[in-house]
Amino acid sequence: MTSPEVHGAIDAVWRIESARLIAGLTRLMGDVGLAEDLAQDALVAALQQWPESGVPRNPGAWLMAVAKHRAFDQLRRYKMLERKHWELSHELEAVQEAAVPVLDTALDDHIGDDLLRLVFTTCHPVLSTEARVALTLRLLGGLTTEEIARAFLVPVPTIAQRIVRAKRTLAEARVPFEVPRGPELALRLASVLEVIYLVFNEGYAATAGQDWVRPALCEDALRLGRILAELAPEEPEVHGLVALMEIQASRLRARVGPGGEPVLLLDQNRARWDQLLIRRGLAALERAESLGGALGPYALQAGIAACHARARTAAETDWPRIVARYDALAQLAPSPVVELNRAVAIAMAFGPAAGLELVDALASERALAGYHLLPSVRGDLLRKLGRLDEARTEFERAAALTRNAPERTLLLERAAACR
Amino acid sequence: MRFMMLMIPKGYETAAPGTMPDADGVAAMMKYNEELQKAGVLLALDGLHPPSMGARVSFSRGKPKVTDGPFAEAKEVLGGFWMIDVKSKAEAIEWASRCPAGDNEVIEIRQVQEFSDFPPDVQEAAAGFPEMQVQAARRQGS
Repeated sequence: MTSPEVHGAIDAVWRIESARLIAGLTRLMGDVGLAEDLAQDALVAALQQWPESGVPRNPGAWLMAVAKHRAFDQLRRYKMLERKHWELSHELEAVQEAAVPVLDTALDDHIGDDLLRLVFTTCHPVLSTEARVALTLRLLGGLTTEEIARAFLVPVPTIAQRIVRAKRTLAEARVPFEVPRGPELALRLASVLEVIYLVFNEGYAATAGQDWVRPALCEDALRLGRILAELAPEEPEVHGLVALMEIQASRLRARVGPGGEPVLLLDQNRARWDQLLIRRGLAALERAESLGGALGPYALQAGIAACHARARTAAETDWPRIVARYDALAQLAPSPVVELNRAVAIAMAFGPAAGLELVDALASERALAGYHLLPSVRGDLLRKLGRLDEARTEFERAAALTRNAPERTLLLERAAACR
Repeated sequence: MRFMMLMIPKGYETAAPGTMPDADGVAAMMKYNEELQKAGVLLALDGLHPPSMGARVSFSRGKPKVTDGPFAEAKEVLGGFWMIDVKSKAEAIEWASRCPAGDNEVIEIRQVQEFSDFPPDVQEAAAGFPEMQVQAARRQGS
């Protein structure tokens, strides 16, 4: 292999193995920061040795063995051995004695559990949402600090600091490395799903910057969601979230016009919707529904997305069914944004006047004060009712509120079209 | 980025109709498929019946000609495929390298074309006129 090829291979191995590596090490060391440092040490060793020796047969096991070796050295140096579980010192002694990296098939049984523990740790509510996102993308997504910074249009040192502080917070709060049980599980799971969906949304409808969509972020979120679905297959909301993301992602190619401008759902060329992703999304939704129980907010939103996905043309959309799902969503997870979306669906099902009545009731909602979609929706409904001057004012107001350049252009065009 | 991993098993080109893989091979492959699934990269996968059960359609100036399998001149044929979603060709190669394939098997890795790969004129042809008409009508404020 040439040098750039080896580096490409090492990057690929890191992307595949790093999360599991860090998860396993966190269980051994009891600290996420220490675990990442050891994993990075192993990566450095790989960068030094693999160009010469080639990528090993079981790269994950190789990295783990090197990391554990380093861990043993460190522990011995800090004389912490006596405070650790017997299993830890037993494993490390075996590694020290082995001349070659141990193909740790026994560890495989732990890996799934450890990975799940890591997910709950990086998404722990003691961390701010921003910190959770950065730490999750870093430790679970395998993204570099630079990649994360670029994704969220934030300076690299800011992200670096965010990650450092997050690890410190987890250590200081003595967050245990475990999967929550009982009633705590639902709450903690919600926080995990929130992080993943946040990343997805940033890629699906970028809040700022020059790009309307950033597909790479959607892919990262989808990958994390799919991994989680395998780790926690009995959780319907996980499948609900995956279903929602698969179906929304199916529209990515249709969301951007030839000039980079955003194309609204009802205007999209449905021939460009990715049927493979739609099928996967519908399958995930079925999985969520078959697990029984009332549908959670992600499954409900996925159900709405599924209604759109099943309609061959915009005109064939089953709006009453969508309204029913929004009604359920509004009961379960009420929010002004849900109300706004519900108003749009009601307008489609029962006419713009019905929708406008609901939107007007939201005008005083403080939570929606800076939300560009409120005036945008209002503008659309006014236009349909023939109230063009008022519509133009609303579109201009919406354009002023959005930080996304292509979206601003679209809104200004819609304003100009109201003559 | 999406990649197809195309399985090319030597000897499959002359396999009899109804040829099935052996149980041990299948078990190992199932474990591999599980790894792809657990890693969140697997989009789709399937095995293909041998060419002896298939057909080829060739063309001469727009006229199709059907030939039933097996195909004497075919040196390599597909046995199955995976479609995966990964960050780079290197990652696709790493995954393919982990397949518990036999000495007679080759996996070819091919990137799936994304719409944005196409040059503008092809994009336009692929997008279709109906969409352009919708856009034009909307701009006129109808």
